Amino acid sequence: MSSTSFPFLPVLVALPLVGAIATAFIPKTKPQLAKVVALAISVVVLGITVAAVIAFDTNGDRLQLAESYKWIPQWGLRFSFAVDGIALVMVALSALLVPIVILASWKDADDDGSGGRRNVPTFFALMLALEATMIGVFAASDVLLFYIFFEVMLVPMYFLIGSYGGPRRQYAAVKFFLYSLVGGMLMLAAVIGLWVTAKNGLGHATFDWQEIVNLAKNGGIPGDLQKWLFLGFFAAFAIKAPFFPFHTWLPDAGGAAPAGAAALLVGVLDKVGTYGILRYCLPIFPEASKYFATLAIVLSLVGVLYGALLAVGQTDLKRLVAYTSISHFGFIGIGIFAFSSQAVTGSVLYMVNHGLATGLLFIVVGFLVRRRGSQSISDFGGAGKLMPLMAGVFLIAGLASLALPGTSPFVSEFLVLIGTFSVNKTVAILAALGMVLAAAYILWMFQRTMQGTLNPALKDVAPMKKDLSVREKVVVAPLIVLIIALGVYPKPVLDMIEPAVKATIQDVGKSDPVPTAADGAQK
Amino acid sequence: MNDIQLPPIDYAALLPMLIVFGLACVGILAEAFVPRKHRFAVQATLTLAALIAGLVTVIINRDLEVTTIGGAVTIDGAGLFLQGIILVLGIVAFGLIAERRLERGGAFVANAAHAADSDGDKKQLNEAGATEIFPLTLFAIAGMMLFCVSGDLLTMFVALEVFSLPLYLMCGLARRRRLLSQESALKYFLLGAFASAFFLYGVALIYGYAGSVQLVAIKQSVLDSDKSGVLLAAGLALLAIGLLFKAAAVPFHVWTPDVYQGAPTPITALMAACVKAAAFGGLLRVFNVAFETTSWDWRPVITAVAMATMIVGSILAVTQTDIKRLLAYSSIANAGYLLVGVVSLGGAVGSSMFYLVAYGFSVLAAFGMVTLVRDADGEATHLSRWAGLGKGSPLFSAMFTIIMLGFAGIPLTSGFSSKFALFSSAWDANQSALVIVGVLSSVVLAFPYLKVVVLLWLNPPGDETPTVSVPGYLTRAVVGVGVLATIVLGVAPSWLLDMVNSAGTFLAK
Repeated sequence: MSSTSFPFLPVLVALPLVGAIATAFIPKTKPQLAKVVALAISVVVLGITVAAVIAFDTNGDRLQLAESYKWIPQWGLRFSFAVDGIALVMVALSALLVPIVILASWKDADDDGSGGRRNVPTFFALMLALEATMIGVFAASDVLLFYIFFEVMLVPMYFLIGSYGGPRRQYAAVKFFLYSLVGGMLMLAAVIGLWVTAKNGLGHATFDWQEIVNLAKNGGIPGDLQKWLFLGFFAAFAIKAPFFPFHTWLPDAGGAAPAGAAALLVGVLDKVGTYGILRYCLPIFPEASKYFATLAIVLSLVGVLYGALLAVGQTDLKRLVAYTSISHFGFIGIGIFAFSSQAVTGSVLYMVNHGLATGLLFIVVGFLVRRRGSQSISDFGGAGKLMPLMAGVFLIAGLASLALPGTSPFVSEFLVLIGTFSVNKTVAILAALGMVLAAAYILWMFQRTMQGTLNPALKDVAPMKKDLSVREKVVVAPLIVLIIALGVYPKPVLDMIEPAVKATIQDVGKSDPVPTAADGAQK
Repeated sequence: MNDIQLPPIDYAALLPMLIVFGLACVGILAEAFVPRKHRFAVQATLTLAALIAGLVTVIINRDLEVTTIGGAVTIDGAGLFLQGIILVLGIVAFGLIAERRLERGGAFVANAAHAADSDGDKKQLNEAGATEIFPLTLFAIAGMMLFCVSGDLLTMFVALEVFSLPLYLMCGLARRRRLLSQESALKYFLLGAFASAFFLYGVALIYGYAGSVQLVAIKQSVLDSDKSGVLLAAGLALLAIGLLFKAAAVPFHVWTPDVYQGAPTPITALMAACVKAAAFGGLLRVFNVAFETTSWDWRPVITAVAMATMIVGSILAVTQTDIKRLLAYSSIANAGYLLVGVVSLGGAVGSSMFYLVAYGFSVLAAFGMVTLVRDADGEATHLSRWAGLGKGSPLFSAMFTIIMLGFAGIPLTSGFSSKFALFSSAWDANQSALVIVGVLSSVVLAFPYLKVVVLLWLNPPGDETPTVSVPGYLTRAVVGVGVLATIVLGVAPSWLLDMVNSAGTFLAK
């Protein structure tokens, strides 16, 4: 493990946490100060993340930027942070989205839509607390530390949805919390089982990821136990991601959450599920991963098609976007369990690109909903005539979401499909149907909201006549630039994730099928 | 067989209990001889002094391992640690019992026996409360201390009665809702008497099998004897009923919600924290010392009881609409988690004790905060009345939220670290099925806690939202200590883990 002079990862976790506490203590009467402080801190975090990305050596060790501090020696629990390429791009995605979302939510917490006052500093403090836990969950290299971040992450999100969300926020917040907690508790049982096995196998108590992976490599986790422990972890991740049939909380949570929080929920939080599968399920339980791969692929495939079909039928903008994500998570799941380096690379890239594209989509939808005061598609119609720029951005976000060539999700979706095709043709062909449905739900949504004759009711809604403000332009610009840039030139990200993907596939013990016709499409 | 020999007595080892018992007796004399207006101050000081002196002597004795008074008392590492827990939690609970600023005259009335709504009862509503509560508390705590270090079953029975009888009485002393309070006292007394009878019958049968009531002798005769095990099994079953009743395990839990609701809240807090510690201290000792070698016989049964307790407690907690009843069912479910520790035997003694400390502090803070939400009729315990408290009392609501998240087992609270400690030692003892039931039931149990959090923060305040009283310094200290312990034991539990590990286990010789 390489040692660095600057403890990037602990700082990246601690700084937003300190910022959150500081912001929480800003008096309610100074909302502007709270916003500025929160934004400034998240920008500094982004800066440090960029430095960390630069410090990361793509040809170096698997785990880098490692830092480890003592915590609870009796359990072998340590504050251990270290990232591989996959984790680092997820950390970068979180650090990028948070300042954008903070800026996008600038006015979302000011009132509750019906004139009620809300506590602005708390809203931004919760955002920063969420950032700390998101970065922590990706940066942790200790299984229990990962679990702790995984669970604690629920608390700020719960209050973001419950206190600042839409009409059905209480129901959505509790549902979100309970679903995640079910998975989390099953994972806790598996974590305990893993810990006991590791303690007996290694002779000392440890949660260190590397030690446990090495133990697993040497066959230290017997087959039957592996299956049970895998299921414990997988249940948590499948609920988090979410895979069919554990997805029903997402449309409720995504629909009720304030747009910024929804962007983070779908853009980053849900990726913890797929990330967890890659980082924990596959290397620690290789045999069980192969055993359950078919099941996981079937669930993912159902998710692709079912999510897309439900998205077509939605009448609520935010719920529609949430359902599209279920479909996209299906793609990611298929790619992971195809166990070919192309497909897995595609999945990881998809995690990033989906964060950008869906993040942008949720943010734009948030702008629209805030102006109109309604999430219902039928309350819009022809709005593009009033706000041409907004319509343009909405279209770009939509097209990115349906993976149009030239936008970054295309590269990843294509990689997943090619990589899967070389392993299982049927699955790849069926999954490709999801792309067709994607065109249906995105374009139809765009048509119903932005095109056609102007909905007469919109004329009476003054905010609907205001096109993107400067603040809103600043919010969407970096995302659009990244979506296009990574769509044309994904190499920097691919370079970063490929070694980690290769190592992960080796852990599973799968040899990579030789890419045939599709060779060369990768870069 | 002529003269009865007085067994040797190690007074140093008994000193903590002698102090608390002794000062309890002094308290009774003080009740008779100290003028009325000074009585409260004298009694409160005396009680606190007794508890602190007891704790100090326990700490001084910490390395002691001795069996004394002819085997009636076994002082060992685990026993001393349990005594320490009971004293520390007792000191914290004392803060709630002695609080007189929330309500004129304190939370207790002078005379439990007045019929509800009778003239005498109405009259005493406005009089200062009973100061007998202090010596009663001391007797209860001393009984619990003895219960945890009993070396034979008869001493254990005496200790059980010594701590139960004051509690029965104290349950009936609530200043408000007199009828409910008296009902709870009567219910607790009748069912408790039943349980005691079972216990005693069990002791008799075991004596019939082993020819002794000493725990170590029972263990030895189980190893040596070739007698039929029927007497032993029947005796153990009856004994277990008596113990599980005090621990509030399903199916012996039905008294818990009624008693927790009806008893004065400070006494409820004392029961949830200290009695739980004592009951599990006794259970752990009996099963680890006397019946460890027969674990094949009782493990399936206690496993089933543990599962039932976890499941029933958590499911019934979901439907509760009264905060005290909710906490009562939550305490039943927590008894189920602790039973997991009992089933796991030796390896889980340390983590069970850790759990008792963590849970005790949280539950004291929780009940302490329940005493603060009041309206003209006293405490407003119905959950609907708690809606929107977060708007007017954010600090109170934030602290209650921390406690609720702790009970739900969210990491960085003591609820998580204690569950992790307990479940990991259970898995180590091959009880993975219990672990799975445990984690799943804790999801169910999280729902009522979340419901309270939702009520506090996300619901609009109603017209009738009661005020949160500005607590007197005593309650403030109790709540502060409880919340602080919930966080500290979640973030930095190492020192306590070290302590329970070095406390060692029960002396079995």
